[in-house]
Amino acid sequence: MKTVYVDNNATTKVAPEVLEVMLPFFSEYYGNPSSMHFFGGQVQKNVDEARSKVAEFLGAEPSEIVFTSCGTESDNAAILGTLDSYPEKRHIITTRVEHPAVGNVSTYLGRKGYRVTELSVDREGRLDLDELRESLTDGTAMVTIMYANNETGVIFPVEEIGEIVKARGIPFHTDAVQAAGKIPLNMKKSKLDMLSISGHKLHAPKGIGVLYIRKGTKFSPFLIGGHQEKGRRGGTENVPYIIGLGKACELAQKHLNEENTKVKALRDYLEAKLLEKIPNTLVNGERVNRLPNTTSLSFEYVEGESILLLLSDLGICASSGSACTSGSLEPSHVLRAMGVPFTAAHGSIRFSLSIYSTKEEMDYIIEHLPPIIQRLRDISPFWKDYLRAQGKV
Amino acid sequence: MWDYTEKVKDHFLNPRNVGEIENPDGAGEVGSLACGDALRLSFKLDEKKRIKDVKFKTFGCASAIASSSALTEILKGKTLEEAAKVTNQDIADYLGGLPEEKMHCSVMGREALEAAIANYRGQKVTKEDFEVICNCFGVTDREIIKAVRENNLKTVEQVTYYTKAGGGCGQCHPKIEAIIKKVRKDMEKEAPPPKPEKKKLTNIQKIKLIEETLGREIIPALKADGGDLDLVDIEGNKVLVALRGKCSFCPSSEFTLKQYVESKLREFVSDDIEVEEVRP
Repeated sequence: MKTVYVDNNATTKVAPEVLEVMLPFFSEYYGNPSSMHFFGGQVQKNVDEARSKVAEFLGAEPSEIVFTSCGTESDNAAILGTLDSYPEKRHIITTRVEHPAVGNVSTYLGRKGYRVTELSVDREGRLDLDELRESLTDGTAMVTIMYANNETGVIFPVEEIGEIVKARGIPFHTDAVQAAGKIPLNMKKSKLDMLSISGHKLHAPKGIGVLYIRKGTKFSPFLIGGHQEKGRRGGTENVPYIIGLGKACELAQKHLNEENTKVKALRDYLEAKLLEKIPNTLVNGERVNRLPNTTSLSFEYVEGESILLLLSDLGICASSGSACTSGSLEPSHVLRAMGVPFTAAHGSIRFSLSIYSTKEEMDYIIEHLPPIIQRLRDISPFWKDYLRAQGKV
Repeated sequence: MWDYTEKVKDHFLNPRNVGEIENPDGAGEVGSLACGDALRLSFKLDEKKRIKDVKFKTFGCASAIASSSALTEILKGKTLEEAAKVTNQDIADYLGGLPEEKMHCSVMGREALEAAIANYRGQKVTKEDFEVICNCFGVTDREIIKAVRENNLKTVEQVTYYTKAGGGCGQCHPKIEAIIKKVRKDMEKEAPPPKPEKKKLTNIQKIKLIEETLGREIIPALKADGGDLDLVDIEGNKVLVALRGKCSFCPSSEFTLKQYVESKLREFVSDDIEVEEVRP
């Protein structure tokens, strides 16, 4: 059975070039970069090189790059590290559609007595910037708003937001885990103070991330230990993975154009064909300012887990915003925040492509998904009800 | 991600009895699009009032579809009285088990069955008579109590797995905890008292008790059948005896030794006693 992997927003394959550069650093060049001797020193050089590559990818200075273990750690560090630096400020602004690595930190802060403002989104998943303007106060410690949504792919106007936030002198962070590698990032021209990225969304391995911290930004270390990362993040550097991430960023820069042309075309093709062949299908999220590789579709009157399992049986790997797959009993908080109707919220499927996706794979999905939806609609009590109401049965 | 049994997978991929019966004798529906699962059950009875035909339509995940399919198979041929006794655990057992987080799918099966039977009987199963505990999922105290009792639930998390109550905002958790406490207290009162613990005996006490039991209970019984028994020695928990009279050449003596003598001594003295025959 062939595997059609269309769940790249969940994780990506490690690029062969990335794996290749990592290998010597496990058993050959395994020194600790902080050591005084030549054996550690040579590794230090490689780490510096990787850091420069990441910096170039982000349009930043190497000294502004802090390596972490993952996107979640970067988000936690950005938020808690900033709040710790402004203890007298007790207000934080974020949105209702953040990834749990930001969302659950906000919930935690709420329990600790912080006032948390969660900006709402409209039916297309867009923010209201007036709502943001009205929420800013002198007691606001920071604003953290994601760059692009992992479920719908909707891209927020981060630079426009940055203008508003920085005019008040408030620290501004973004979770760019899904955006990196898909849309161009340039910190030299940006208003952002901090930005999180995650290796395993960029064809690097799971277990490595970056927090970009603009020079001059106040920050208290989240992971406290040795003096690594200039005292900003304790813990011996994850050398092989850092080297891998450096290479991955280099490749991502090269492939940026392909993501926005070839991959985008495949996504558009898949989406258009599915909308054409399957009645009562909705697209979740606005289609203009959206990641080139993502489409979130809702199929009315059927449930997400069932769709995913039938797809999985055919080798097709996607994900869903349904309750049964969310780990909680409610459908995705993103879809709920967008006001997606109940007829559709539980039946949502997310396809997220990569540069490795092919047209043959899209055709395979286009061939097999419509019968799956029809099969589940035949089992569902609501589909026949709907047809009757339409006079179609 | 879910560890589904082969039977769950089978009933999901090949569900039995999908459909809606025209002019059913009984029909019930539970759940909704908002909930994320719904089940519509309909049945027809034969002249003997047994369930002749039963069909389902389900909106939901693999567990929900499999549970509904399993339910219809369980119901075929049953009388309404028998059907009314089917529990959510029966559905889960039929499928070889469901992940705990999915047990509410089997509960949905049982609720649809209740609704269908009530419909047949012309009764209305309304939620208005009961207190809604969980507002996010509209779960009443009656449903929570039933789930706790029938499935021996102990925690709020389990109640969520079986009824969905508490799986949303979480504000009803204290109320759920209170219900669990009360129901389990009631259940304890109804349960039979445990057997009294036997006290630990000293060696001398044990030997005396063995001699007493042999003399009072065991030997008279053997003598009544023409047999007899001599106590030869006691080594720790081993009681060495010699059978006399008819017992000494009876083919069933081994059986007598173990089944009767040993069990009696275990009952009256200590449950780790072993009896062995010493042959001259």
